[in-house]
This record gives sequence, C-alpha cells and structure tokens, in this order.
Amino acid sequence: MLEASHVTFKIGDKALISDVSVSFAPGKLHLLIGPNGAGKSTLIKVLARLLRPQAGRVEYESVDVRTASEPELARRRAVLSQAVEVAFPLTVREVVMMGRYPHFGGRPGPVDERITDEVMELCDVSEFSARNYRTLSGGERQRVNFARVLAQLWRDRASDLQVSCRYLFLDEPLTFLDIRHQLEFMKKVRALAEATDLVTVGVVHDLNLAARFADRIVLLNDGRVVSSGTAAEVLTTDRIREVFGVDTTFVPVEQGGIHLIFD
Amino acid sequence: MTTPSGSRQSLLFVLALILLLVLAASIRYGAIDFSIPEIGRALVSLLPGQPEPTLSQRIFLELRLPRAIFCLLVGASLGVGGTLMQALFRNPIVEPGLVGTSSGAALGSALFFVLGGMLNLSTGLWTLPLAACLGGVIATYLVFLLARSREDGRASIVMLLLTGLAVNALLMSAIGFLSYIARDPQARSITFWSLGTLSGASWRAVEIVALSTIVGTLIALRYSKQLNALMIGEEEATYLGVNVNRLKWIILSINVVIVAVATAFTGVISFVGLVVPHILRMLRGSDNRFLIVGSALLGATLLSLADLVARLSLRPAELPIGIVTSAVGVPVFLWLLRRRRYVF
Repeated sequence: MLEASHVTFKIGDKALISDVSVSFAPGKLHLLIGPNGAGKSTLIKVLARLLRPQAGRVEYESVDVRTASEPELARRRAVLSQAVEVAFPLTVREVVMMGRYPHFGGRPGPVDERITDEVMELCDVSEFSARNYRTLSGGERQRVNFARVLAQLWRDRASDLQVSCRYLFLDEPLTFLDIRHQLEFMKKVRALAEATDLVTVGVVHDLNLAARFADRIVLLNDGRVVSSGTAAEVLTTDRIREVFGVDTTFVPVEQGGIHLIFD
Repeated sequence: MTTPSGSRQSLLFVLALILLLVLAASIRYGAIDFSIPEIGRALVSLLPGQPEPTLSQRIFLELRLPRAIFCLLVGASLGVGGTLMQALFRNPIVEPGLVGTSSGAALGSALFFVLGGMLNLSTGLWTLPLAACLGGVIATYLVFLLARSREDGRASIVMLLLTGLAVNALLMSAIGFLSYIARDPQARSITFWSLGTLSGASWRAVEIVALSTIVGTLIALRYSKQLNALMIGEEEATYLGVNVNRLKWIILSINVVIVAVATAFTGVISFVGLVVPHILRMLRGSDNRFLIVGSALLGATLLSLADLVARLSLRPAELPIGIVTSAVGVPVFLWLLRRRRYVF
C-alpha cells in the first residue's frame, strides 16, 4: 500500500502540487490523468522520492519513505521515465543489467544474469541484446528501459519471500510510442499490475487508454486531486469540460467499457 | 558490439604486457643506452654488501629508473582522470586539461615556487602537492560556475569548452607573469608549465605521485558501478539507488587530487586523458570498471611511449612531452572520431 497524505511540493513560491492525499493499493493499475501542468509528473516523482515534499508525507506500507536508505529503496521501487539518453556506447543487455545494480555488490551473479534474460524475453528485446542502445528507435529504447525497470523489481520465485510490496512508477511511458506499441505496452502493464505485491502508478495523456486499462483513475488539476475512482466515476462530461476545456460524447463499447469522443 | 567480460579481461592482460615491454624500453633507451646486464648490475648494487655503484649505475638508479616509473604513474593518473571526468559529466570530450584542473594545478604550483622563493618560506614535503590540488579545485570550480546556465543550472558542453578555454588562457597568463618574476629556475621555465616535462622526476616525486595515483584509482574502482548507472542520466541513477551528489563530490575530489599532484611535478600534459578512454571504449565498450583499470594501463603505456619519443628524437636534448602528446594524440583522436562504428 502506498499512501500520500497532505503532500505539497513547491518550487520557489509556486506550488506544483498542493495538499494531495491519495492512496494506491497493490494488485491494481492506477493511472494519473490531467491537463499539462496539472502536477502528474511531479506527483510521480514525489511518490518515488526523487523529490522531497515541503509538507505532508509519503508512506510505503505505513513506513515514511524518508527513512529508507537509497539502496534499500532501489530494490523495491522503480521508475520508467519518458526518454532515457545514454551518454556512451552501451549494449542493450548492459542497459537492462543496470536494473540489477541495486541487487548485487561487485559483479552480477547467476540470478542477475537469468533475470536479465527473462525480462529481455518478456519485453521482446532479446534479439538485439548486443546492439548499441544509441542505434535503437524511440520505441525500441522504451522497451529496453521497461525491461531494465522490470529487472530492478523482479523477484526470484524460489529464493524471495514476498514480504513487502514493490512499487512501479510509469512517468508518461507512451510519449514516444506509436499506437501499436502503446497498446502492447499497456497490455503488458495491465497484466503485470495484477501481481498482488505490486503497486503500479502511471501517467498517461490519452483518456481513452486510461478508461480502457486503469482499475482506478486519479484526475489532477492545478496540483490538486479533482476526483479519483473507476473510469465511470471519474470521467463525466462536466468534469472533463471543467478540467480539460473540451466537450465529450460517451459511446458505450461492446466489452462493457466507454469510449470518449471530443468535440 | 559484443562485449563479454572475458574479452575485456584478455584485453587488459594484453595492455599490461605491452606496458611491461614499453617500460623495459623506457629504462634502456635515452640520452645514454643501458644494456640489460648493466641494468642487472645496477640493481644488484643496491643490495647490502655490494660495492658502491659506479657513475653510470648511479645515473641509471637516480635518473633513468625513477623517470620511467614516474612517467608510468603520471600517465596512469591522466588516463584515470580522463575516464572519471568523462563518466561524471556524461560527455566524451571532457578531460582535466579542458576544464581548468590542470592549468589551475599548474598555477598553484607556480605560486608555490615563486612565493616560496621570494618569502624564503620553509616548506614541507606536502606543500607543493597541496598547492597544486588547491589550484586545481578552484580552477575547476570556477569553470563550472561560469559555464552553468542561469535557467536550469546545468553546464552545456559548448559553454564548458568555451569557458574552459577562457579560464585556461587566463591561468596561463598568470603563470606567464609568475615565471617572469620568478627566481626559482624551475618556475622560470614557461615551457615547463605549458607543454609539460617529465624531467622533474625523482624518487620523492615517484613516492608522492604513486600514493595519489594508486589510492585514487582504487577508490574510484569502488564507484565504477555507480558511474555506470550515471551513464543513463542523473535521475535514472538516483532511481537505481545512487546518491548522485555524493558520487559527484567523491569523483571530482579523486580526479582533482590525482591530476593536480601529477601536474605539480610535470606541468600541463594534454590529450592523454582525452584519448585513452576513447580508445578503450571503442575496443570493448563503456563499462567503467574496465575503463578505469584499462585507462591506468593504457595511459601509462602511451605516456611512456611519448616520453621515449621525446627523449630519443633530439638526443641528447629532449622535447617537451606536451609537444609529443599533442602531435600524436590529436590526429589519433580526430581519426577515431571519424570512424563510423563509433556512434555519437
């Protein structure tokens, strides 16, 4: 369980998020939506402890996240960012292996090697394992980084007792993906998020993708939580007009979901 | 671009072998050549109960041998310094000489010579290296402070290079002024500071540079994994459990100490720290554990080779080492940059 209570983060006098209280349960996919500048990425960074809020607290399983040491936190919290630039020639496998860095001291052990192979297989990047990361397309890079992030959170079925939750944050992961890769990515995340010890929080821009894949949606505006709940609860014509400034028509789709058309 | 760790280890082994060969050549050839039996007899004369060494044996023991070892250590520290700076600033064209560290250290040591000479200060063994470190720290800090953008506080590489150029010119003019008013013969030589020379080698210099180089490199090796994580960005490294600010301080300090201490005895030697990590990266990729060990070996090899060229080309006189490192280093560097396999 991840809980933020009365969190405020400011730069100078400007509050990027103010008095945000929200909680995220394991085993569910939570997606943050909101217009540009609503504070989605800031909230992700505060939740992941990259940014320290001036007020309020963030708790992982009722323990204040400020008390965790860096290496300890890195073993159970991972963040997939928008675009990762690599400064020097690195092979794809070297980039994925970085996800295991918090788990070994000097050199990777056999478990780290095996996990790296597994996540590369899962993310369809095994075939370019030896390629230079910098020669990859945006979509390929994103898959490599997703594999790296999964490697960081991967638990060895045999050796690890699942004592504490793992936390996966996705900061606008779809930005550089085409429609097919967006869908493939969301399906993969959807499947992973069902793990009972995994808390998954992501930021997406596409309201239809959010409505289709999220278990819970958190709608942010001006650094505050406007509404949270299921897609049907959060996405109403009035709210979308108020927050995004567009008019919406809802079309029911066969699978029991909704589709939004904007005017 | 396959880089199995086994092939890295075998390359390091080959580099170590080449270094030994170059070292052997470096102690044999120079203003006077020594044959292998002569070298053997000179070394034996150090054992207790042996007769006093002859003049030529003393030349070998007190000039040639410390110089060869000194050269090796300075080359290693420049190579490691280059690797650390490039890893830290995530940029392949940063080296200690380009961001003011070397010229700051040179100014620090020039000040030491001039002020020490003028005020007749009695100075201990560690004053010169300390003065060089202080100069190196201040100059590096100045370059980064001036190069930083007002908007996001980051130093772009163009700003860094231009600022480095300006600060280096300023420091060199200060050194020029000091050498003009200096009484100390070593400080008087402007070529010493601007082109570098290894003729100041002595066993004392070897001891001090050995300490800073070996300790600095061993500490740096402990941070090789964290430096690797930094390659994918500061934010990402933080997510992987790296305390980025702490890492920056540690690596900058190591770099300043190893480069400034060497510069205090040699003046500014450029391009070794720039070229060495590049060559290694092209051969076996960017893993920093490999790069740190490899750049110590390759830096030592290249500087020893350059020193051989400097000593042999105008026998019995010698060229300033900086002329050789630039003349060899710059074309190699340009050629390497233009090779297609190396994607920037």
